[in-house]
Amino acid sequence: MSSNKRLMKELGEITASPPEGCTITPPTEDMFIWDVTMEGPTDSVYAGGKYHIQIVLPKEYPFKPPVLSFKTKIYHPNVSNDERGAMCLGMLKAEEWKPPNKISEVLKLVRAVLAAPQPDDAVETGIAEQFKNDRKSFDKVAKEWVGKYAK
Amino acid sequence: MDSDDDFNSQVSSEDMDLDLNDADSSVDFGANDSDVDFDDEFQDEGAFDTQDKDMKQQKKAFEVDFKVYSPEDIQAQQDKQVAEVATLLEQPHEQTAILLRFARWNKERLIEQYMDNQEEVLEKAGLGQDIARDPPRIETVDGFVCDICCEDEPGLQSFAMKCGHRFCINCYRQYLGQKIREEGEAARIKCPGDGCNKIVDSKSLDLLVTSDLTDRYHELLMRTYVDDKDNLKWCPAPECVFAVECGVKKRDLSRIVPTVHCDCKHDFCFGCTLADHQPCPCSLVKKWLKKCEDDSETANWISANTKECPKCNSTIEKNGGCNHMTCRKCRNEFCWMCMGVWSEHGTSWYNCNRFEEKSGTDARDAQAKSRQSLERYLHYYNRYANHEQSARLDRDIYFKTEKKMTLLQNQSGLSWIEVQFLENASQALQQCRQTLKWTYAFAYYLARNNQTEIFEDNQKDLEMAVENLSEMFEKPVESLAGLKVEMMDKTSYCNRRRIILLDDTAKNLKDRKSRTESESGDEGMLTMTTENWEFNVELS
Repeated sequence: MSSNKRLMKELGEITASPPEGCTITPPTEDMFIWDVTMEGPTDSVYAGGKYHIQIVLPKEYPFKPPVLSFKTKIYHPNVSNDERGAMCLGMLKAEEWKPPNKISEVLKLVRAVLAAPQPDDAVETGIAEQFKNDRKSFDKVAKEWVGKYAK
Repeated sequence: MDSDDDFNSQVSSEDMDLDLNDADSSVDFGANDSDVDFDDEFQDEGAFDTQDKDMKQQKKAFEVDFKVYSPEDIQAQQDKQVAEVATLLEQPHEQTAILLRFARWNKERLIEQYMDNQEEVLEKAGLGQDIARDPPRIETVDGFVCDICCEDEPGLQSFAMKCGHRFCINCYRQYLGQKIREEGEAARIKCPGDGCNKIVDSKSLDLLVTSDLTDRYHELLMRTYVDDKDNLKWCPAPECVFAVECGVKKRDLSRIVPTVHCDCKHDFCFGCTLADHQPCPCSLVKKWLKKCEDDSETANWISANTKECPKCNSTIEKNGGCNHMTCRKCRNEFCWMCMGVWSEHGTSWYNCNRFEEKSGTDARDAQAKSRQSLERYLHYYNRYANHEQSARLDRDIYFKTEKKMTLLQNQSGLSWIEVQFLENASQALQQCRQTLKWTYAFAYYLARNNQTEIFEDNQKDLEMAVENLSEMFEKPVESLAGLKVEMMDKTSYCNRRRIILLDDTAKNLKDRKSRTESESGDEGMLTMTTENWEFNVELS
């Protein structure tokens, strides 16, 4: 597998200095599935929440983007509200992904999107609508969900 | 069918000429004439004259100009345009090609924008400001580490475009391979560098990838060229490599049905790329197909087994023996027999002696109306579907007949060449049935007025001619030899009737002067008032 050297290097780098608020559990059996725990950004509605994010690397990695899913439920316009908990944004889109992009950059992006949702590029249009027009209710539900699912 | 015979033999010889003319009636129409306005082409055409002489000389109203191109022609067209623009912009060939693809082959706009703001255009097209002209090459650079695979062994071959984003050639290749093979990208593949928008030009690509990929790449470039041009379309037939050029614009589609004939023998509509659907305009075809998809499978069953609630029009299937119905939706109680309100029945329902009760009559009227519209649809649909099926059966019989004819060649005394009349007849049948099929979709949307009668007469004439010819195919193979002349006559009569119908319809369609969509009906139905044709729906 040609991506092995790259994978090892990335894994080494990311475990040595993980992005802010992220803990990476090194993969044991399958090198292509990474488990990450991400803390909600402190100044966001997700503060205090702990999110389990699974990163699945396609076999073509790094020529295809990693697939990201929230295993912890989160009330967010850019994360699908289903068992997949998918996020598909910016560099995670096939047409925007470039092979030199790294998982650590992906995690930084995810954290930035948690801090500042992008309602115009939403998967959950209903939540996006609420985020734009009724921020108060959005904040309320999002915080509720943190308490309910992400503690 | 014998009554037609006299007429048949009179016209047959002229029809043969007519057919020959049809074959090469498409006029050349160079790539750069694409802006010829459709209206101009048709306006100076004289009034329709039924005399054969005139018909032979003029292009028929239902025919459009088009030209078929091979992949080589298309490549040559691109090369020519690139060369022209390259001289003008003083840019190398490769860069110009990228610029043109970026501008979706709109030369004039590209040149204008380029003259306006050269740097911006170059930037947007992914060329950056660099106009350096040394050819791309593979290099080995000391101390190079590939940012994709993290390989760093000495002597690793690498490549970078002018943007300087350098990667090892294996990664570069794999990247390009994936874009081309899996994502179908060609004209807009960007440098693999993070955030870099520089487009990979075809020279660099040719240098890096293997020949099977280059072929696919150039094929994709060609695809985008044709896709980007409004006046070009690929022939939709499977495996067909030709493209067709036609000047008919989108806005003309309510007035013309631009059927083109590809060199692969496939006839298709340039407007919507569906198989030939003359005389029915694209927008009606779309509506009709949608309607058929929604309706026809269930419509028959619904018509036979259900009634509608007289109050809310919900479709109801009777699920028990009792005639006392309660609508599940609006809770209306009514009698299945007379459709009247149940409370008026008292206890003597089964005589339905309240037959003349007002509510019952009203309900039945309303029901009749809605059933009628369904019946109307089914009338047209059945005929539409029937021609489709018959065309298939005609073809089957023809294939069988042809096989038998080959077997019986000695016996029948006909050589292979002489059997061609059968093929001609079969082709005529296919084509006429295709036309007939769509006349029914067309008629469904046509509002009845004095003009529709002429259309229906034409339809009837063609249909009779077709059925007569179709019948001959069912005769015993042994007798076909003796029927050759009659069959040829009938074939040409069919073709002739088809041309008359199409020509007449096309003329009417073209001359429609829509007095705007003023009269809107109750249910948002739009009635277009026109000089001659009226439709139940809006033509777009």
